[in-house]
Amino acid sequence: MDLTYSPEHQAFRQEVLDFLDAHRDAAPKGRGGAQRPSPEAVAWQKLLIEHGYAARTIPKEYGGFGAAPDILKSRIIGEAFTYAGVPPGLQNQGISMLVPTLLELGTEDQKRQWIGPTIRGEVIWCQGYSEPGSGSDLASLQTRAIEDGDDFVINGQKIWTSTAREADMIFCLVRTEPDKAKHDGISYLIFSMETPGIEVRPLVTMTGRAEFNETFFTDVRVPKSQIVGKRGQGWIVANTTLKHERGMLGDPGQLESRFQALVELMRTETAGGAAIMDNPVLRDRLVRLQAEIAAMKFNGLRVLSASANGGEAGLARLVVKLQACELAHQISALGIDALGELGVLYDEAPHLRDHGAWQQNYMFQLGLIIGGGTAQIQKNIIAERGLGMPREPKLAAEGAR
Amino acid sequence: MEFGLSSEQRMLQDSVARYLADACPMQHVRDTAAGPQVVSATLKAGLAGLGVPGILIPAEYGGMGLGLLEAALVAEALGHRVAPAHFTGAHVMAPLAIMSGGSAGQQQTWLPRLAKGEATAAVAVTESILSRDGAGVRAKNGRLEGAALFVLDAADAEVIVVADETGRQHLVAADAVGVELIALPTIDRTRSVGELRLSGAAAEPLPGSGPETTRRIVDAGRVMLAADTLGAGAAMIEQAVAYAGQRRQFGRPIGSFQAVKHMCAEMAAALEPSRSLVWYAAHAFDHMPDEAPLMACHAKSHLSEVGRLVARTSTEVHGGMGFTDLAGLHYWFKRIGLDRQLLGGPETVRNEAARLQGWIAA
Repeated sequence: MDLTYSPEHQAFRQEVLDFLDAHRDAAPKGRGGAQRPSPEAVAWQKLLIEHGYAARTIPKEYGGFGAAPDILKSRIIGEAFTYAGVPPGLQNQGISMLVPTLLELGTEDQKRQWIGPTIRGEVIWCQGYSEPGSGSDLASLQTRAIEDGDDFVINGQKIWTSTAREADMIFCLVRTEPDKAKHDGISYLIFSMETPGIEVRPLVTMTGRAEFNETFFTDVRVPKSQIVGKRGQGWIVANTTLKHERGMLGDPGQLESRFQALVELMRTETAGGAAIMDNPVLRDRLVRLQAEIAAMKFNGLRVLSASANGGEAGLARLVVKLQACELAHQISALGIDALGELGVLYDEAPHLRDHGAWQQNYMFQLGLIIGGGTAQIQKNIIAERGLGMPREPKLAAEGAR
Repeated sequence: MEFGLSSEQRMLQDSVARYLADACPMQHVRDTAAGPQVVSATLKAGLAGLGVPGILIPAEYGGMGLGLLEAALVAEALGHRVAPAHFTGAHVMAPLAIMSGGSAGQQQTWLPRLAKGEATAAVAVTESILSRDGAGVRAKNGRLEGAALFVLDAADAEVIVVADETGRQHLVAADAVGVELIALPTIDRTRSVGELRLSGAAAEPLPGSGPETTRRIVDAGRVMLAADTLGAGAAMIEQAVAYAGQRRQFGRPIGSFQAVKHMCAEMAAALEPSRSLVWYAAHAFDHMPDEAPLMACHAKSHLSEVGRLVARTSTEVHGGMGFTDLAGLHYWFKRIGLDRQLLGGPETVRNEAARLQGWIAA
């Protein structure tokens, strides 16, 4: 156990802090978010890439900073930005999912064409994976791409395509070989959202907002060259991407900042003339959550150390998505309970606290428990890969569809 | 920056685990639990041979001079095998009390003998947390009066570290006049808990002791109980997973049913991160004194909750067999149940954690 940084990393940390001191006024207000970034956010991203605080390990020839991977330095950057309350580099599905996938499996042309504009925030992507009939069993997807001359012609429907309305491009899984077994008949295509035949309909969720969309394809023509990986290998390509998404959904820093907001709420909010914090039952729940968050934070450090040493943290890594999403949901639940009747206020209600964030998060985080691999799928993974438990026997009738 | 165990720490962990795998099979736990002695004489000698009684005691007194993280690894290994052996009171809290509050003479008298395992020390500090049934110890003119409950590692104690109502600690000889140390039978037959009754008993104060040093040995004890539960919980999950892989119903291993598989996943998902919490709390005790009390509370209360989930769920995975004496699973179930309540149950400990952070109005 050594929880201090080496001289090299201390110096690096100082460098980041100096940068933040010098440039924090240039930072855009609020986080980049999933939508199209503002001109200020694009300018900020450019500055961050120049200094290596965004797109840090993306090779220079593709527009990145070109540093060797150093997981501790990445963490130092993240910590310093969070601590300073300065928005970090852009975070969107193009940057976190498509770019790593292209780096691993894209052609040289694809890398040169797409990575630079994507990391600079000039091109926004959406993800076309899930379908109404293919959620956890993603490999059963039915959106068809039929070869016609130099093109694929796509027909079908995707769901949960967040940012589809803003996106310039989509990375999309389609069935190109209907005769093959389900995992072997999928291809990974990238194409413009301007292509004729694409219709996007907002999907309103329980929060009352349309954080997602349904995307429909009718005779959408995509040149065959716009495939990533080989025909029929889309499943392997997609798993490369999903691996990156699961890492993204469990961020202990976010848990800690939500918890701090909860502490603040319970200290400042009063009921019947007494601070909420004086209620021993609610306070007990608060401390209980604090211990769980601490466990996840240190678990994160353990996983980080294991990766920095080139190892695998096994179970410690496999449990992150399940536990972190559940904890985030519990933090919001306690926020609502701490507010009591005030906790049900929504929209533009008088007496509304924190712009309704507690309820909104509580509902949205239930979506995160389900999305990106449901809690039940996560438990299968933990049991089968982490504990070596037997798989569910396959039904005899199941096969290629 | 390295969050993990060093190779020396892993070697220590392995050597204790290997020794216990050999010396403390299920049958040994059963035999000891059925006999008159709570503590196994075999394990006592064997652990002394490994240096366990002196794990925290400085080398100049014949100990290993290691830290609380190393002690936590030993506690985890003992919990994993539900070893019927002293540890939290005798080998962690008592030596720490004498190291932090004892005079040079007291340290010279006791630490070498404790380190070798020649003398056993019990610890009576529960009343500094919460007193039950009117227990409490008062010091008057060098003599102690009153009662202390839930004395840790009471069996065979030669000396007892007793905290009085002011938080000051005293050494009391178990065989002195006016001292009565009786066993309190608990659900857990692998650990020794006692009641100390004092009527005008001669006592030697630890001159450097006070509420702060008492608080500190309680912190250490809590981390050890958390580590014991961590080990016991891990062993229960291993047994549940193994059983679910062998036991067949409806023509397939029950572990292939998601209902069973998910129970195991939930246990692992709860327990695995708590390992890092125990490591951190133990590390903080030696290196980050400002954080240590809060982290000791978090480790104790969190492992108590995770332990309860694991103890119950892993028993259920075994079906009816888990409920029998035959499976032996109940030894772990009860050990976890004991760890939960000693030195403050989770609600008590969380209340302290809130107080430490200024969340309770004065």
